[in-house]
Amino acid sequence: MERILMKGNEALAEAAIQAGCRFYFGYPITPQTEISEYLSRRLPEVGGVFLQAESEIAAINMVYGAASTGVRVMTSSSGPGISLKQEGISYLASAELPCVIVNMSRGGPGLGNIQPAQSDYFQATRGGGHGDYRTLVLAPSSVQELVSLTHRAFYLADKYRNPVKILGDGMLGQMMEPVTWEAVELPSLPPKNWAIKGKNEGERKFILCMELDPRELENFNRKLERKYQQMAEEDSAWEIFGEEDNPDLLLVGFGTVARILKSVVREGKKEGWRLSLIRPITLFPFPYNEVQEMAQKAGKVLVVEMNLGQMVEDVKLGVEGKAPVHFYGRVGGMIPTVDEILQKIADILRGEGRK
Amino acid sequence: MRTIFERPKTLINKPFTYCPGCHHGLAQRLIAEVIDELDIAGKTIGVGPVGCSVYIYEFFDLDFVMGAHGRAPAVATGIKRSLPDRIVFSYQGDGDIAAIGTAEIVHCANRGELITSFFINNAVFGMTGGQMAPTTLPGQKTTTSPLGRNTEVQGFPFKLGEMLARAEGSAYIARVALTNPRLIGQAKRCIKKAFLTQIEKKGFALVEILSPCPTNWGMTPPEAVQWVEEKMIPYFPLGEIKVKEDSSHAS
Repeated sequence: MERILMKGNEALAEAAIQAGCRFYFGYPITPQTEISEYLSRRLPEVGGVFLQAESEIAAINMVYGAASTGVRVMTSSSGPGISLKQEGISYLASAELPCVIVNMSRGGPGLGNIQPAQSDYFQATRGGGHGDYRTLVLAPSSVQELVSLTHRAFYLADKYRNPVKILGDGMLGQMMEPVTWEAVELPSLPPKNWAIKGKNEGERKFILCMELDPRELENFNRKLERKYQQMAEEDSAWEIFGEEDNPDLLLVGFGTVARILKSVVREGKKEGWRLSLIRPITLFPFPYNEVQEMAQKAGKVLVVEMNLGQMVEDVKLGVEGKAPVHFYGRVGGMIPTVDEILQKIADILRGEGRK
Repeated sequence: MRTIFERPKTLINKPFTYCPGCHHGLAQRLIAEVIDELDIAGKTIGVGPVGCSVYIYEFFDLDFVMGAHGRAPAVATGIKRSLPDRIVFSYQGDGDIAAIGTAEIVHCANRGELITSFFINNAVFGMTGGQMAPTTLPGQKTTTSPLGRNTEVQGFPFKLGEMLARAEGSAYIARVALTNPRLIGQAKRCIKKAFLTQIEKKGFALVEILSPCPTNWGMTPPEAVQWVEEKMIPYFPLGEIKVKEDSSHAS
């Protein structure tokens, strides 16, 4: 099996090509620009189209047009650029168009900085734009997982006819790790009979994003709701690491933070603590039931994020008050250290931790 | 018996829902006639706007995509880049194309995107009830310029066609009106050239169509036609603004 050292952004871009993506529309922004640069070289080699748009707004609407024709298409950006794309993402959800949107997020708000942060969690998991919609959100934690989840993102986008976001951060995009490239097997999908290609001799088809009749629009919103329920039933994903059956405390973290929490679990063992980690891999749908189950086993929960406390709200929804939920966050592009988190755990286990 | 006039095949047998005296219906009929004459209906994809003609897809027997306000040129770009052998056209009003979507149309033209764009200029936001548009004439009263457009405060009517003609990537830019049979004939010829510009891969093409809006102008349909001729045409002169003959688009 071939193992090569690759930068996260480039591994993701190559995975997109291997997943059959031949169309990319984007606009430069740090810390994700290597995705654009890589695809500007690679897509023409495989007969694809790379187009640098005049804005994030144009890029996401080019994605909308390409997705209308049934092709696999991607765009990528970071925080401020994703904000600009939100109008288009709402329309993509409304028109039920599949596509993959990558956010290598950075410190915010505003222009913020280019260091890693997880402060776009709410924006990613609550839809982000106007109207009642959701996008699937995948949260990779390693360069290898940037590859596997990119394949999965294209599959899920087509399965649900829905935009899928990959929420990474500046650290995952910029770090280098060995990647094993192997064939990816995913279930087969139905043909895209809805795609716009010119009607030829057939019936005309539309891609629409409007319904003026409130009864009809309610029916459509209910259809979306059923889709989101199906996502929760069939495609939520998580990883459990460390003590499974009788932990002293449950750690919850995603992406970059989960990597640090794995070290915390190992270091905690030296202190005699039985620590467990649950790492949501899909942030939407969120693995509420699994978080509750693990929280009940542990009796105490600590959520660690690189924000002021966003996923912790979902953890609390999952735990339903059945265990105290503590939070530790670093913000502005600061990354929490193992020692800081161990100190927080020590406080909680001594009964001093503030919820 | 010989048929000398009939509904274009590309138009669905359904009455237009536009206001009396509006020229959306006329413009769309001409587009349909040209699509019939070029025999391209099977491979043509339309991109609709947000505004009065948001329902355009209901009237054409074509595949259609509805996009966000102002974004039709970007949506059309995504379609054309994915399906380069199809004919792609967009249809937008003045608010859509010359206000919120200015960046998209300018860059679409400058890239020489091989699409055909139709721009209905009626000097007003129609769907939302007659607000000032980028193309509202100096002194023209609208619901958001109740004392008349004051160019010192609200700037000048936007001559989008002339602006796009300066872009290297644009190959055909024309401005037409539909206020009499002679002008309708000219308009149809321009619409055909705009499609041929795309078919012959010469570059981006746009036809600006001056259109009356009797409802929001507070006029009868005949008064509105007269206003197009007496007020709009002097500010927005008709004719072919740019005609690039060579097909040197591909680099």
